[in-house]
Amino acid sequence: MIHCYQLDGINVVLDVYSGAIHIVDDATYDIISMYESLPKEEIKSRILEKYRTDPEVTPEEIDACFDSIESLKQSGQLFTEDTYEKLAPKLKERSEGIVKALCLHVAHTCNLNCSYCFASQGKYHGERALMSFEVGKQALDFLVAHSGTRHNLEVDFFGGEPLMNFDVVKKLVAYARSIEQAAHKNFRFTLTTNGMLIDDEVIDFANRECSNVVLSLDGRKSVHDRFRVDYAGHGSFDRIVPKFQKLVAARGGKNYYMRGTFTHANPDFLEDIKTMLDLGFTELSMEPVVAKESDPAALTKEDLPIVLKQYEDLARLMRQRRREGRPFTFYHYMLDLEGGPCVYKRLSGCGSGTEYMAVTPWGDLYPCHQFVGEERFKLGDVFNGVTNTKVRDEFAACNVYTRPECQNCWAKLYCSGGCAANAYHATGSVNGTYKYGCELFKKRMECAILLEAEKQLEDEDS
Amino acid sequence: MKQIKTLKTKNLCESAKNGGCGECQTSCQSACKTSCGIANQKCENK
Repeated sequence: MIHCYQLDGINVVLDVYSGAIHIVDDATYDIISMYESLPKEEIKSRILEKYRTDPEVTPEEIDACFDSIESLKQSGQLFTEDTYEKLAPKLKERSEGIVKALCLHVAHTCNLNCSYCFASQGKYHGERALMSFEVGKQALDFLVAHSGTRHNLEVDFFGGEPLMNFDVVKKLVAYARSIEQAAHKNFRFTLTTNGMLIDDEVIDFANRECSNVVLSLDGRKSVHDRFRVDYAGHGSFDRIVPKFQKLVAARGGKNYYMRGTFTHANPDFLEDIKTMLDLGFTELSMEPVVAKESDPAALTKEDLPIVLKQYEDLARLMRQRRREGRPFTFYHYMLDLEGGPCVYKRLSGCGSGTEYMAVTPWGDLYPCHQFVGEERFKLGDVFNGVTNTKVRDEFAACNVYTRPECQNCWAKLYCSGGCAANAYHATGSVNGTYKYGCELFKKRMECAILLEAEKQLEDEDS
Repeated sequence: MKQIKTLKTKNLCESAKNGGCGECQTSCQSACKTSCGIANQKCENK
């Protein structure tokens, strides 16, 4: 399977199963697009007709182009066959029973009252609660005990607002550090916060202990303060931005993401990204809201073309800023063409419900943070382990090839079948597909590939 | 015609031979939390 697209005057041909990417001229683009559906002579005559005013497009050049295409085909870089179906379940089979990442819901409560919150203001449709140290410690012990040979263990402090339970967070990190050497493990902590409780102690802690921090900021003050308000209805922008700036300045280059959510209220989210840049942030993530169709914040069909155009304009802004020596990072455009994940990872999905689980304040286990509160998906708890093997097996069986709608999609080795929670909420099945999300994802990948291609070509030229 | 410029990319077919160590980051765990994109993950087994 190949995917051909044109963006900003560049013709891109992606060979899906090898991962090879070719930048081609216009005539070659047309030839490759027709290569498998028409006989050579027919293609040749169509190309000569279409490019009759172009002196470079001659019968000899077209023959040479055919030779190049055939050569790439022979070397496994074009029209590569799909040989992966049998490999798709392998990683999960090899990893059976292994857990290596936990999302610790240390606080099912929040000091903000954002109406668009997928976690219903941190409560996940349940009671407000804080995780005790004992439950958190048991979760870490559960993780170490089930991590097999995995060395790197990921723990995210999540909520609600995790800093509302900062003492427990600190104690849990201290406990993990006290056991990691003997257990031959490396804990990687992350913290996802709305910023309200950031102070010097939090900054020192986050910059010392957390490999990544995710800071929630929606961009423009008017956009941010529309949803991200306290319980008195006051916007949080003015209170959190200086705290975020202080934390990032002190971070010394360690990873962080300024993470925004865009909704029906701001499909023109590039303006929000520009605001983040103006505030001095350069590591950015901007996510489409997760909401039911009936929610006024949900993105609509009419928003889709606006959002797709924003992604293209974002790529243009990134190109411009890179050339000016003022680059910035957009999470979804991070693409390492030479060193990204192997095909097993690309086939097997995100790991939710198998190697990754979320833990509630009471110690209950769910396939991921987005399933918390959905009783049907409760896997067990950190004291007794996974007892609902039916749900675990449902997630273990999930991969690119179990989603029928992914079969003919060129982007499947970039999204690995998509988010199970998005699929479930859109279709009622974890093996479904959230088509709106697919459209956004495909556009993001086209932009990301284009940016990487341009970088490589410019590096070679220089 | 300038024809074809092939970029430097990881060969996915080749990665089937030695891949699958499982050490790479869980997809959305420490960043977006709302979508699955695996292409932006680093390989931990270089």
